[in-house]
Amino acid sequence: MSLKRIEKKVLSGNRLSSEEALLLFESDDIFTIGRLANQAAQLHNDNNVYFIQNHHINPTNICVNRCRFCAFSRSKGDKGAYELDLKKIIRKLKKQGARVKSQESSTHNSTVSHNTQLKAPFTEVHIVGGLHPDWSFDFYLDMIRQIKKALPDLHIKAFTAVEIDYFSSISGLSLMQTLEQLQDAGLESMPGGGAEIFNKRVRKKVCPEKIDGKRWLEVMATAHRVGIRTNATMLYGHVESFEHRVDHMLKLRNLQDKTEGFQAFIPLAFHPLNTTIEGARYTSGIDDLKTIAISRLFLDNFSHIKAYWVMLGEKIAQLALLFGADDLDGTIIEEKITRSAGALSANALTRNELIHLIQKAGKVPVERDSFYRPVR
Amino acid sequence: MKKDSTKKTTLSRITKREGLQLLKNSDLLGLGVLADKVRQKLHPDNYVSFIIDRNINYTNVCINKCKFCAFYREQDDADAYILSRRTLFSKIRETIKCGGTQILIQGGLHPDLDINYYIELLQSIKSTFDIHVHGFSPPEISYIAKKAGYTLKKTILLLQEAGLDSIPGGGAEILSDRIRDQVSPKKIGARQWLHVMEEAHRLGMKTTATMMFGSVEEPEDIIEHLHAIRRLQDRTGGFTAFIPWTFQPNNTELGQNREQGTKNSTCKELHTATAVDYLRVLALSRVYLDNVPNVQVSWVTQGLKIAQVALRFGGNDFGSTMLEENVVAAAGVRHMVTIDDIVHAIKSSGFQPAQRNMHYDILRKRF
Repeated sequence: MSLKRIEKKVLSGNRLSSEEALLLFESDDIFTIGRLANQAAQLHNDNNVYFIQNHHINPTNICVNRCRFCAFSRSKGDKGAYELDLKKIIRKLKKQGARVKSQESSTHNSTVSHNTQLKAPFTEVHIVGGLHPDWSFDFYLDMIRQIKKALPDLHIKAFTAVEIDYFSSISGLSLMQTLEQLQDAGLESMPGGGAEIFNKRVRKKVCPEKIDGKRWLEVMATAHRVGIRTNATMLYGHVESFEHRVDHMLKLRNLQDKTEGFQAFIPLAFHPLNTTIEGARYTSGIDDLKTIAISRLFLDNFSHIKAYWVMLGEKIAQLALLFGADDLDGTIIEEKITRSAGALSANALTRNELIHLIQKAGKVPVERDSFYRPVR
Repeated sequence: MKKDSTKKTTLSRITKREGLQLLKNSDLLGLGVLADKVRQKLHPDNYVSFIIDRNINYTNVCINKCKFCAFYREQDDADAYILSRRTLFSKIRETIKCGGTQILIQGGLHPDLDINYYIELLQSIKSTFDIHVHGFSPPEISYIAKKAGYTLKKTILLLQEAGLDSIPGGGAEILSDRIRDQVSPKKIGARQWLHVMEEAHRLGMKTTATMMFGSVEEPEDIIEHLHAIRRLQDRTGGFTAFIPWTFQPNNTELGQNREQGTKNSTCKELHTATAVDYLRVLALSRVYLDNVPNVQVSWVTQGLKIAQVALRFGGNDFGSTMLEENVVAAAGVRHMVTIDDIVHAIKSSGFQPAQRNMHYDILRKRF
């Protein structure tokens, strides 16, 4: 069986070819694939599995793109369209405990820090939203500035490549200038959304208005050059083929060779409810685990593979830890996008629940900051 | 990984000690390889079967009041019920309309219902409908017999004559009295459960066997359970399938104790089973129960995605389509699933779906 050859390559630290990745997708030997991916994960991260206490903010669902796979977006004036008020966002963040870190550093009162510890503070806020037709780039800059001012110790991870491209077009600034201004305002890292599947024909079917794969990669390359680390995603399980998935990962691997700016790769399982892709279904649990595993094996220059439990469900996400994933994302308070498409997962996981899931998978839980440095 | 999990490739019967080692120390994927081999050997044709049926609960009044149960009510509770014949019949009619071939009829131990109620119930169903009646788990059979003052054998015979076709394997929970004393002290003991099944098998009646885990049991208790099933099966061959599923804590006494971090020592350390625990127990069950032909995956407690993965960890059957399910739903777990979803879930896991009856005869292969 040809997996033997792949096994040899993996064990000797050699890079897999696209053909070999495809072979893995076509194989039903999930046990060998899982075992190899787990070995690869151990080479990168020992038995550690990372998680973070984080908060999601989706400032608006009004979007000029209206991708077919998206159940979250609305057009202006649609029923259910919303715009969050910046003051409200900040108030909410403060209320939910983000202030704790700054309090701890500014006072040495142990009772305060002890009490606030119990509130499970989060250290990162993840901000992504629709491409709002009326909001100016200054408005977005101001959003980042104000959050940073109110909560200086909170790490701001914000805006997908698609949003960055949009900011550049509405402001008339170059990508480089756009990113530098955001960075000056307080943006520290970027999520990896909007990548979907890079293939042109697939994009035409599922997200015709969205920037193409080339532009997505260009935004990321520029961000990396500016010193902003990012993630990378892949939305699978809609109309794409295994070849498209491999091609997608190959393009990411090539860019990572040049920039080393990607922190984590995050395969995202497509969710069919309330979307307009005909005949679309939930992905199978077996496909989810194989995709995680193959990404771990193929993307040898990525340090982390994330099992994003909101999309996978916490059960498959836990199993993914045995198939090469080393990151469970986090507590994820307030996620809205997957929920609009029929998420199979719980609303939020507590720190203890995350730790329990990781330990039961035989792994070592490590609470991390936004750059994978262990905290506490 | 401990050596026994990889060395074991001959698929011979494993001992209690080996079973315990696999459960406690094997790596999950290694155990999965074994279970997948056993499944392939027993079911080489690549079919994954399922049955179209409906769970009908004739009453929710129950004197047992198990701590893991969110379904039972006291007789004078506002939402206590006994299903009317009319409602029951309309449920059966709907089941047949949906292509169903069986009803699973179970209920609480209602203090006012006697054997005549059950006999009349069965006779009326059978004289009206052509449908397989899979009904009354061992705690119910045992309670009916006790109230009538009959032996188990006579009770089962009377029910069989009235139209009972087979007995579901519920109420087994964990067949270890140490655990039963904690989670279901009023329910029949392990020995009595096995005794009911043995009598049924001797009368030519087929049954299934279940196991509910993830409450307060230890690995040793799970092995004790599997061992008891395997021994009885060696004698009778009457079990068609084994169905492990996990305790669902919401709205139950046991779950409540867990949330409150109660000082009640039995529940302090309670963590419900994760997906890894579920697959481990499922895979071990497939390997341990070499004499039970079928192992069902539990999409009702695990969701479709884990059920799909479970088909590679020893499961060969998707169980029932559950046109109606009340007991797990009472614990807040409800996966809205249609027959089409089940067919697609099986196909996209790389298997061929096949509709079956309780005897695992295939009724339909084309979907």
